[in-house]
Amino acid sequence: MDIFNNLFPGLYDWINALLHDWFKGAMPADVESVLVSAIMALIVAISAILFMVLMVLIMIWLERKNAARIQDRVGPNRVGPYGLLQPIADTIKMLIKEDIVPTNADKLVHLLAPLVAMAPAVLALAVVPFGKGMTPVDLNIGLLFMIAVGSIGVVGIFMAGYGSNNKYSLLGGMRGVAQVVSYEVPQVLTVVTVILLSGSMSLVKIVDAQGGWFGLQWNILALPVGLIAFVIFYICALAEVNRSPFDLIEGESEIVAGFFTEYSGMKWGLFYLAEYFNFFIVCMFGATLFLGGWQGPILPGWLWLIIKTYALVWLGMWIRMTLPRFRVDQLMKFAWKVLVPVALANLLLTSILIGVYNGIGF
Amino acid sequence: MIPLQYFLLLGAAMFCLGLYGALARRNAIAILIGIELMLNAVNINLVAFWRYIKPANPAFELAGQVFALFVITLAAAEAGIGLALVIAIYRSRDTVNVEDVNLMKW
Amino acid sequence: MTADQFLTNVVFFLLAAVALVGAIFAVTLKNLVRSALGLILSFMAVAGIYFVLEAEFIAIVQVLIYVGAISILILFAIMLTRALMSGAESSNNSQWIGAAAIAALLFGALGAIVLGTNWHAAQNALKGDLIVKLGTELVTTYVLPFEAVSLLLLAALIGAFVIARE
Repeated sequence: MDIFNNLFPGLYDWINALLHDWFKGAMPADVESVLVSAIMALIVAISAILFMVLMVLIMIWLERKNAARIQDRVGPNRVGPYGLLQPIADTIKMLIKEDIVPTNADKLVHLLAPLVAMAPAVLALAVVPFGKGMTPVDLNIGLLFMIAVGSIGVVGIFMAGYGSNNKYSLLGGMRGVAQVVSYEVPQVLTVVTVILLSGSMSLVKIVDAQGGWFGLQWNILALPVGLIAFVIFYICALAEVNRSPFDLIEGESEIVAGFFTEYSGMKWGLFYLAEYFNFFIVCMFGATLFLGGWQGPILPGWLWLIIKTYALVWLGMWIRMTLPRFRVDQLMKFAWKVLVPVALANLLLTSILIGVYNGIGF
Repeated sequence: MIPLQYFLLLGAAMFCLGLYGALARRNAIAILIGIELMLNAVNINLVAFWRYIKPANPAFELAGQVFALFVITLAAAEAGIGLALVIAIYRSRDTVNVEDVNLMKW
Repeated sequence: MTADQFLTNVVFFLLAAVALVGAIFAVTLKNLVRSALGLILSFMAVAGIYFVLEAEFIAIVQVLIYVGAISILILFAIMLTRALMSGAESSNNSQWIGAAAIAALLFGALGAIVLGTNWHAAQNALKGDLIVKLGTELVTTYVLPFEAVSLLLLAALIGAFVIARE
């Protein structure tokens, strides 16, 4: 098991040593060390992104199969065994489609919007603890970093809504911004609960703190506060990534396709990719904060993280196929009149319980 | 090591750009954008001083960062109130051009 | 200069250039949405500058508050007032030449002061967990301003709500 556990850190060390061997003597020592660390950082970044793309392809297939099963259909079954190659066929279709830009659109903003929407998911990858010793950057405020980059995505939604010069786009964009900003507040409050439980803002330390009981001392099991916090967090996560039942940004029955009405070809593909990227990242974030991250018995750490993330992803797909969409007024009321007060009360309860436990020396 | 002066010059340049924006623009929101730039420039200075200069009293070692945090908080409050005012004016006067908002200018 | 320091310098100059270009966009562009997007660019670059200064907490708060909240608020207000200013009308008022002159003069004066002063500057070695220290200081040494600021935020929240309500 140790071999599987240390697979990727071992690989990293091996490539690192190899590069040092290659460049030794060819240049001054300080240039060499900077160059090698730059190359290593590049390798880590590219492999993390490739990993994400692979995960997204699997997610798209899973989503379609899931939807089909729930609606009593078969789903994709023509391309490859069980339709497994369907996402690749979709990608090729998107790449060869014509790219249309509306005449009166703000062209630069229209072009940049998908990239800005993509940025937070890629940035957030930098601080995720994928396994033991497998954190790209161990920032001592990694948790805050993740929340902060998550808030950049709103700008992308807004740019798409404004840049398309279409009333449906603009409506979708405005709805999206209002929704994401509102649901960020209760989400951050539940994250503070986790900080209190774990006593750190470093994601690595948060995962380490959940390592007791043979890797099963998860924050969600810190009853009752952990469970409440997790439920609120998950609802807010669905709202943040605009998944159903909070998908009224795109609400196709009301505003065509929301902020990406005017997008086509690969730019639309980037939005689609960004949506799944964000959903995967936010599930990973939830798994890290509440379900013990890579901690778990027997199986290697990184596999545990993937399993837990997919469990949350699947839950989201189930909810999407089951629940109807919110109305705009219900959406805002739900965030400010239900989630925020409950999250605040939960935070208060957490502080009191921790104080009591510390008082009696538990 | 980057000299402290570079950070201070950057802060000064941003402050002056913000000042120009706040003085020269007609749109109330554009003026707010200028003010935000000025506050941001001040923050660069505060953090740069925190990093480069040791205070005589070691108890205030983190004063620069703490002040930057307070400035960010104030900027948030200012933006909230300012934009609420702009929207209120837009509702009653149907303009956000500060030159047209002159009812109390006597 | 070692390679490490050279790289830090390159990063600093790049970020400073982006910050200034963003700021110029923010104060000169006629289309207000674009000018707000320039502001966001500038904020992001300044967050990078804080990273160069090894003030990670401030950098992240900058992204969270300035980019995630203030810029969004500004964009929202622009859309709500439809104040795009894309017509033929100038976006500057009649005193813009004077404003430019004052800003340039101020920059000259500030630059002369910055370059003419001996700052006794030296990067202090950072020791200990700064986040822990910062948190402790906020509720001990600076507890009074901290409480005052939280009160102010609450007042601003209620005030904004009352003012903007129909």
